[in-house]
This record gives sequence, C-alpha cells and structure tokens, in this order.
Amino acid sequence: MDIFIQQLINGLTLGAVYAVVALGYTMVYGIIQLINFAHGEVVMVGAMVAYSVVGALAPAGLPPLVVVLVATGCAIPVCMLIGYAMERVAYRPLRGAPRLAPLITAIGISIILQHLAMMIWSRNPLAFPQIIKVRSYAIGGATITNVQIAILAISVLMMAGLAVLVYRTRLGTAMRATAHNPQVAGLMGIDTDRIVAVTFVIGAALAAVAGVMVASYYGIAHYTMGSQLGLKAFCAAVLGGIGNVPGAMLGGVLLGVVEALGAGYIGDLTGNVFGSNYQDVFAFIVLIGVLVLRPSGLLGERVADRA
Amino acid sequence: MLEAIARLKRHRAAAWAGTAMVALALLALPFALAAAGTTWVRITNLALLYALLALGLNIVVGFAGLLDLGYIAFYAVGAYVYALLASPHFGVHWPFWAILPIGAGVAALFGVLIGAPTLKLRGDYLAIVTLGFGEIVRIFLNNLSQPVNITNGPQGIARIDPIRIDGVDFSRTDAFLGLAFSGPIKYYYLLLLVLLAVIFICLRLEDSRIGRAWEAIREDEVAARAMGIDTTRLKLLAFAMGASFGGVAGGMFSAIQGFVSPESFVLVESIMVVSMVVLGGMGNVWGVILGALLLSFVPEFLRFTVEPVQKQLFGRMLIEPEVIRMLIFGFALVLVMVLRPGGLWPSAVRKRELAARDGSMGGRAP
Repeated sequence: MDIFIQQLINGLTLGAVYAVVALGYTMVYGIIQLINFAHGEVVMVGAMVAYSVVGALAPAGLPPLVVVLVATGCAIPVCMLIGYAMERVAYRPLRGAPRLAPLITAIGISIILQHLAMMIWSRNPLAFPQIIKVRSYAIGGATITNVQIAILAISVLMMAGLAVLVYRTRLGTAMRATAHNPQVAGLMGIDTDRIVAVTFVIGAALAAVAGVMVASYYGIAHYTMGSQLGLKAFCAAVLGGIGNVPGAMLGGVLLGVVEALGAGYIGDLTGNVFGSNYQDVFAFIVLIGVLVLRPSGLLGERVADRA
Repeated sequence: MLEAIARLKRHRAAAWAGTAMVALALLALPFALAAAGTTWVRITNLALLYALLALGLNIVVGFAGLLDLGYIAFYAVGAYVYALLASPHFGVHWPFWAILPIGAGVAALFGVLIGAPTLKLRGDYLAIVTLGFGEIVRIFLNNLSQPVNITNGPQGIARIDPIRIDGVDFSRTDAFLGLAFSGPIKYYYLLLLVLLAVIFICLRLEDSRIGRAWEAIREDEVAARAMGIDTTRLKLLAFAMGASFGGVAGGMFSAIQGFVSPESFVLVESIMVVSMVVLGGMGNVWGVILGALLLSFVPEFLRFTVEPVQKQLFGRMLIEPEVIRMLIFGFALVLVMVLRPGGLWPSAVRKRELAARDGSMGGRAP
C-alpha cells in the first residue's frame, strides 16, 4: 500500500506537468487544427533560461524563493517571444496549405531551437541548481517533498487560471469562437490572426513554467529534454481529446499516474520478466487502447464523418 | 523539368537517348564517387536506402493519405529479421534471398497489426498512434535481452552476414573487366536495382485500380465507401505494402552495415522519412525520391563544407560545425515549406488542389 501511495504521488506530480504542457498543444489544436510539434522545445528553452538566471543570482545571497521566482519571470517572456515568433514565421504563412506542410516547418523549428540551445548552453546535461532545500513530509507511509507540493499547487493554479481565461473572459470567448468557426468569428469582428497569436503565446508561457518545474524536479536540464516531454504531453492531449481544455488536464494527470503505477508494479505482476525500463511503453499502450475504444479521446466530442 | 520530360516523351528517339544517358550516368556514378572517396559511395547507398523508405511511406501517406509517424518501426523489423537470421547471434546463416521476403512479410504483418485497430482513427489521431507504435517497437528492441536474449538489447547485433549471391561476396572487392568493384559499389548496384523495381511498382500502382481507390479514400473516405470501395481492405493493403517496402529496406540496411541496434530506429528517423516525403512532394514518386536524395545529401555536403568555409572567413572555428549544419537544415525545411507548401515537386493532383484552394483558414475540415 505504501508503494501505491508513493507512486500515486509521483504520478500526480509528473501528470500535473504533462497536463500543463498538454494545454499548450490542445489550445493551438483547438483553434487551428495544427499539431505544434515544436512546443516541447519551448519547455526546454524555459528550463534553460531559468538555469542561467538561477546560476547568475544564486551567489548573490538572495532568498531561494525570490531567485526561483525571478528565474521563472525571465523564462516566461523569453518563451512567449519564441511562441509568437514561431507562429509568425512557421505557421501563419502556411494557413490553407496542405495539412502536412506545417508539420515539416514545426520539425524545422524544433531542430533550430534544439541546436541553438546546444550552442548556447552546451551539449552536456546541466545540473539544475537545487537552491530550494528539499524537505520531505510523511503521509500514510509515503513521502511527499515540498517541491512536489509546489509543482502540484502551481499546476492546479495555472489550470484554474486558464479555465477562467477561456470560459469567463472576453478573450476566452473570442478564442472559443475562433475555434468553433474562424470565418464566422472573423465576421463577428474578432481579429482571428491575433487570437491565434495570443493562443501560441499563452501556451508558451505555460510551457516556460512547466520547464522550470521539470528542471527543478529532476535537477537536470538538457537541450533534448523537450522532445520526450513534448511527446508525452501530446499523448496526454490526445488521450483527453485533442482540442479540449479539460481533456488535456485529465489526460495529463491520467498519463502520469498510469506511468508511475505501471513502472512501480510491472516487475511484481510479470514475475520480473518485464522491468521498469518499460515505463515509456505504458503511455503509448494506454493511448492506443483508449483511442481504439474511443477514437476521439476521453472528453473529445464525437465528430461525425464529414460528407 | 516536368515539361521538359513531357516534351521529351513526344520524341521517341530523344526519349531513348535521354534514358540511355541517365542509365549510363547512374552506372558510372559510383566510380566517379569512389574517386572522391569511398565515404561518398556509402553516403549514396544510404541515400538510396532512404529513397526506398520514402517510397514505401509514400504509399501510406502520399497515395492513401494515412499519416504514419512510426514508419521506421517496419524498417527496424526488416533489419532485425535479417540480423537474427544471418548472424552468429543465433548461429543461423540463411541466404539473403530467403530472408528478404520473410522480412518483408513480417513487416507487412506488423503493418496490418497496427493498421487493423486504428482503421477508425483519422488524421492526427492516427499519426499519434503510429508514433506510439514506433516507440513501442523501439523500446521492445531495446529491452528484449531479458529474460530470453532475443535482440541483445542496446548493444545491438553485430557481425551480420553480408549479402552473397552466387558466390559473389558483397563485402569484398572483386576485379571485373579491369575495374575494381569494392563492396559499397556492389551494394550501390544492388540498391539501384531494387530501387528501380520499387519505382516501377509504385508507378504501376498509382494508375491501377488500387491506386485510384487509394486516391479516392485520401480525398474523401465517405464518398469512396459510397462508391463501393472496400475502404477497410484497401487501407490495410496500403499499410501492409508500405510496411513491406520498409522491411526490405531494413534487411538491406542490416546487410550493408553489418550491425544493427535500436539507436538506428529512433523517432527522429521516422520524422526524417516523413520530411522526405512531404518536402519532395507527397504522392509524386519522383518528388519523393528527390526529397530523399536532398535530405540525405545536403547535411552530408554541409558536413564537408561548413568547417573549411568558416576557417576561411574567420580564420578559426566560431561555431561547432554540427550546430551550423543542423541550423541550416532547420531553416531550409521552414523556408522550402513556406515557399512551396506542396513540396518541391508536387503531384499533378495536389497542384490542382493548391491552385483551387483560397488562402483562408481551414475550418473544421480534417
């Protein structure tokens, strides 16, 4: 039972991060039906910028919390700028182009961002400074660290904030209208190009925070960290029903929990034939299973075959 | 270029002369390359393998319109089938002509395995499921060294037999007609032969009943079904066929390299092959080959030019060559797609589509 609770805590933490990143995929997809494959790299840039800022401020003797906040505060605008530039350069010129064309530009952007990061921050894994002292608390035989609590709290806050933004503000209404039907939204006086750009920027801001969270959780930052994380988060978005904001949250948390529990129990269940090195398989098996049974994801609307 | 070819086709003699010249150039190419270094022959062989892969994927993506992001899995299956049946790992040494059909068959089986449960899915959902499938295959290859050692895990399988046909060993240099045929040169001719066969199959497929049915499914699946096309069977056929081409390419890769490991079958490779298909021009056999050759050669070419150019300009290395190489590559991908969204050499059908479409934002259309 202790292992169960422990893995549940780890899974929830991981899942919260997946969910925050998945939101970036799903919002963009909801509005322009585009998979922004370079989104994972934005997470990486967020982690890298935070790494540099923390490294620069840590010797100054400021309180650790302030340092982390300043680092996140620096990472967010950088990522927002990248998100905006990405949309302008690689996606906007391709509206109305064949569906696969933006996929290739996304891959191009991914390659560019990864190698720029490699140039700036070296090709080796960087040890993310652990300036916040890790404290553990015991619950029901398992432990939870203050970093985990912080990640969970921040994720929930950000998701709540996003939900308010999407469902309760003028901007959110405009976003949903654009997602529903861009032509009609345009006729209603909504500047759809601006809405698309804003969506990218919001997604990038969430990604920046996710990057800081991942880097401080694992204590490591690397120029390739974005692709695997982005892939998992994308799976989470699809799992929940891509284009659906609550779906991305549900999918992310679910994926994280399944991964952690799967990795924790597979050895016992299969008599040690399969070990935790199959952890990455779970995400994909769950994904395939759900999609075969519910082809539009858990919360996705069933889209009828188009005539 | 297309117009030039069309014009040439009208003059039979000119067409024959042109074909003969291209054939001569292709036959002489490896010797010209060997003069520049055997590395270039090897690079060319790899480019031909990628062309095979891209043509196989083109059946799935270009003809049938099913986005497959895990295509490299079939390449892996073909490569491992060859590696297991012709290496000291299990002590089995079957001849290559026996293994290649098996590899193609097993890959086709995997194609059906991934195709069958995902037939209902469309567009991006299919893309992510195939991507997941590709990762699953790689993770299993990486870990199936326990409890029974099947794939030898991350170390991979080494000392794979080279191809031998009728006593001619493809790993040794033979003299023939006063010319030295080194291993890579022999593989070049073999690959060229296979590539020609695959091109022939693809061109015939495109205009066949099956090819037209695929096109109908790609354009509008519901309408295609209403017209009496068995969409289930044809989609599975596309998956199986594309996969079997990948399996053949994988087997040849295994024999040429003499070594396989899961490292060669990562997601980036799948994405690379998709890039070749899309960049070259989905659905057009010649465009796809162009894309494969460009994406194989340009990075290699940059590898050999970036360093000297930088030294000449600045007197020393400012930025790592690999970074510049990949940056140029990334920018090139973005630029080509922004300027030519249909690919460098789009198929006639797609050209018409692009001309007909206005620049408005796509609504809910898949």
